[in-house]
Amino acid sequence: MNGNHIHLTLNIWRQETPSSKGNFEEYKQNVSPDASILEILDEINNHLEAEGKRPIAFESDCREGICGTCGLVINGHPHGPLPKTATCQLHMRNFNDGETLYIEPFRAAAFPVIKDLIVDRSGFDKIQQAGGYVSFNTGSAPDANNILIPKQIADLALDAAECIGCGACVAACKNSSAMLFVAAKVSQFALLPQGQSERYERVQAMVKVMDENLFGSCTNTYACEAECPKGISVSNIARMNREYIVAQLKTEELAH
Amino acid sequence: MVKLDSHVPDGNISEKWSNHKFSMKLVNPANKRKYDIIVVGTGLAGASAAASLGELGYKVKAFSYHDSPRRAHSIAAQGGINAAKNYQNDSDSVFRLFYDTVKGGDFRSREANVYRLAEVSNNIIDQCVAQGVPFAREYGGTLANRSFGGAQVSRTFYARGETGQQLLLGAYGSLNRQIHLGNVKMFPRREMLDLVIVDGKAQGIMVRNLITGEVESHSAQAVILATGGYMNVYFLSTNAMNSNVTASWRAHKRGAVFANPCYTQIHPTCLPVHGENQSKLVLMSESLRNDGRIWVPKKIGDTRSPDQIPEDERDYYLERKYPAFGNLVPRDVASRNAKYVCDEGRGVNGGRAVYLDFSEAFNRIGTEGVKDKYGNLFDMYQNITGTDPYKVPMQIYPAPHYAMGGLWVDYNLMSNVPGLFVLGEANFSDHGANRLGASALMQGLADGYFVIPYTLGNYLTTEKPAKVDPKSNEFKEAENNVKENVSKLLNVNGKQTVDSIHKRLGHILIDKVGMSRSEKGLKEAINSISELREEFWKDVKIVGKGSELNQTLERAGRVSDFLELGELMAIDALNRNESCGGHFREEYQTVEGEALRRDDEYSYVAAWEFKQPGKWELNKENLEFDNIKLATRSYK
Amino acid sequence: MGWFTTFTRSSIGKKFIMALTGSLLMIFLIIHFIGNMMLYFGPKAFDTYVDTLETIKPLIRVIEVLLALIFIFHIYNGLKLWYENKKANPKKYAVNGSRENTDIYSRTMAITGVTIFVFLIIHLSTFWATFNFGVHPNTEYPYYTIVTHWFQNPFYSLIYIIGMIVLGYHLNHAFESAFQTFGWNHKRYTPLIKKIGTIYALILAIGFASIPIYFFLMGGK
Repeated sequence: MNGNHIHLTLNIWRQETPSSKGNFEEYKQNVSPDASILEILDEINNHLEAEGKRPIAFESDCREGICGTCGLVINGHPHGPLPKTATCQLHMRNFNDGETLYIEPFRAAAFPVIKDLIVDRSGFDKIQQAGGYVSFNTGSAPDANNILIPKQIADLALDAAECIGCGACVAACKNSSAMLFVAAKVSQFALLPQGQSERYERVQAMVKVMDENLFGSCTNTYACEAECPKGISVSNIARMNREYIVAQLKTEELAH
Repeated sequence: MVKLDSHVPDGNISEKWSNHKFSMKLVNPANKRKYDIIVVGTGLAGASAAASLGELGYKVKAFSYHDSPRRAHSIAAQGGINAAKNYQNDSDSVFRLFYDTVKGGDFRSREANVYRLAEVSNNIIDQCVAQGVPFAREYGGTLANRSFGGAQVSRTFYARGETGQQLLLGAYGSLNRQIHLGNVKMFPRREMLDLVIVDGKAQGIMVRNLITGEVESHSAQAVILATGGYMNVYFLSTNAMNSNVTASWRAHKRGAVFANPCYTQIHPTCLPVHGENQSKLVLMSESLRNDGRIWVPKKIGDTRSPDQIPEDERDYYLERKYPAFGNLVPRDVASRNAKYVCDEGRGVNGGRAVYLDFSEAFNRIGTEGVKDKYGNLFDMYQNITGTDPYKVPMQIYPAPHYAMGGLWVDYNLMSNVPGLFVLGEANFSDHGANRLGASALMQGLADGYFVIPYTLGNYLTTEKPAKVDPKSNEFKEAENNVKENVSKLLNVNGKQTVDSIHKRLGHILIDKVGMSRSEKGLKEAINSISELREEFWKDVKIVGKGSELNQTLERAGRVSDFLELGELMAIDALNRNESCGGHFREEYQTVEGEALRRDDEYSYVAAWEFKQPGKWELNKENLEFDNIKLATRSYK
Repeated sequence: MGWFTTFTRSSIGKKFIMALTGSLLMIFLIIHFIGNMMLYFGPKAFDTYVDTLETIKPLIRVIEVLLALIFIFHIYNGLKLWYENKKANPKKYAVNGSRENTDIYSRTMAITGVTIFVFLIIHLSTFWATFNFGVHPNTEYPYYTIVTHWFQNPFYSLIYIIGMIVLGYHLNHAFESAFQTFGWNHKRYTPLIKKIGTIYALILAIGFASIPIYFFLMGGK
């Protein structure tokens, strides 16, 4: 697993506070092809700290591609150029010797920069709080097998539920739209029998909060699907559109 | 000395929990909203607890150092969650799940707790399905199950390789609903740095706002810690980068006793370390051992590529030593043996890795057959290592994974500090000396959904719902303590980075308090850790200020706690003169080299009381086994 | 707020309006296309066709007003979305990755839309204005002659051809996008819809653009 080191020039976004202007700083680094891009940042930080300089602030946690904490834009691509891969799983062997990389935070009005590469994604939580659940108190559930769900439906629901909430869809979208993120949750519950009672209230509530939180609208460019580390399909967006339109047409009926 | 009363209810084991539920006192529904409850950590245990308590009407304040509860490391659990549903008609039962878990834990857990865990396991599945967790299904629409290590029945529920994610998102949804309804107030990006004890009871916490650096105090009538495990003490582990022991440890230093810190699980099927700059280890599902054969070269220092090593020069050491179980021996046995062959110098290229070879499976079920079963794992392996496992055998090595030890709790999940409850991996309660696969998710949700909502109420009936004054002396003292600690760290102004010291601690621990431990090694470890701790406080370098987002400062605080915990782990391991589960003492093995338990002397929980850094006092809770006969595990 | 206002103010509602007005315009384009194809059947056929339309002038006027409203709605709503989306994404990346993760048709809807709007004004101020209110040449087939006249101008023809290429780009995305916005997405049919959309865009763009080329090459015969 050992390869020869490759030489990279990294231009990394530095921004001390949310209001400061920010700029790229250049770091030249010899890297092992087996290291992940976050490990390269660790390494740069170790050097910076040893020299008494402020390390680069960036977020990561599981480093297994599932928690959705990390998320850098590398050469214009959220999570880098490799499809269906989170930043933490992007290894340096995917880059060529002598390459220059531009590493930036997610950019969207809804995701303000906190520091360097860290952004505030709390808008996502607000959307989920508006309706990303089945209203159901602990303790009153019937036996699990009382709810039969065809395998195909369960699989389709899981395809949508795999969203890791990283925000790459918003970062990739030229409109900073959160449609793929919201659609993933709406779809999961629109498909499953458990989600039916609140099916139409849910989509209305979640879209409302989405619109209130500075996310743009969807113009069907599908950049979100292309950059999604879990490959969540834009067919979920179509499903959400349908759900929303039907919900609006039914509003009166629901009010009774 | 601390009095450790487990408060296990009387009666037949199968009736303890239901009797106890009835005999516990209740809080009047109208009074519930007068109680403030603090929940620290919002992973599976914390989120499910905060949501359930919010539903009951308590005023809950939930804290997480993440930006969102959905980031908690519960999300990374792959395999599944156990329940005694017996949907497969294969003779499963609550008692069998209880039995397997106690035996898997090598008879070092508390029977009554484990029985309750098995009992509520079924409710968990019901609860999660009702929430819309998309578990795997059969074509007929019923729930699917898979088998897992340490059990002869098929009782594991799963959602592809993402069970933890789906369960956490289910609990996150319930939590979000309570936040939306105003019953839970969420405080993200806050790290708990101290516990406040007023009149001998846990009544508040100190947190640092990770964005502004401000120290905030929060008061409540009870504090619930659900802050996960401490395996990052080894520096390299399968835990997330931010996982730490700080919340538990600060509570420990305020009087909560820490139980069985030496019970650590090292998972056998992880990717080997590739270099000094590696930040974390990655787990591959244990299911790979179903079809992969583990081997190393027979010769020491054999550096030929694996395809150049002929069959008769390979040592399939697990199949050789354990003909009955072969490659499917429990986690601790598989891990230990990988260490031995690598210690001998027979690891891959003389390093620390062994082969996991599927060529036999390719011949038996074909490449397509292997792809069907393990395709996603093979892809993950190739993505990370850059080598094609369909062509070259995989390389694996054990990695620190799960902490069975944790803060001591009684049957009600309350620590020895009244009002301080501990849930999930943070407590010591259910797994004994070794945890079985698919049991961590079960325990986290059992504690949060089905235990704490009952036992917390019982405690609160003894507490007046009077507002705790966050301006009292105790709060001021705790606030000063946190501020002093932060400025102490910032003022060391030495030369070494936090990570470099953490890495050295990890090396000591994995070497001497890892898969195999000896008296000599442990004594050395105790010395070197306390020296390293001194070095840390003299020579650590932290750039930046306390009044801003400062990730180095966050890590420094955590590492300072790991440096104390590491020593306690070694002390606990030295004290336990036996081998059990994840704790293997070289002096205590059978003639065949297997773990030798010493039930007469060590059938107890070692609960350590903090005196001062480097000084602890041992308290014991004796374990009694009335329902399961103590037996030696054998996998020959 | 009534449901209608809520709906039309929501992001999905605005997209729905785009798709709905766009679909109506796409239907109109088919009719317009068929009419234009009459040119290939000679002066008599074309003028007979226009004369037929003249006989139902009041109905045509109503349709024209409706069309104008739809256009205005489509354009106004499109510009509004464009402005809001700019606000949602104020800062661009140092390296633009959109070339790899999107196609040019979807990416350029705003710019092709504006171009088509400019084209539309030119188109209306020449053909439509002359047909309806201009001085008709004193020949047997005045409408056909007007067309011939305009397309003698190479510059005007070129504007037309460019306009139609841009329209093709716009329609190629518009067709499929409308289905997506209405929520009509299906594993089996969506790829088919995309193909139909491309064929539709190609036929319209090539068909419309062929007219100035034809007239220019024919030199007014």
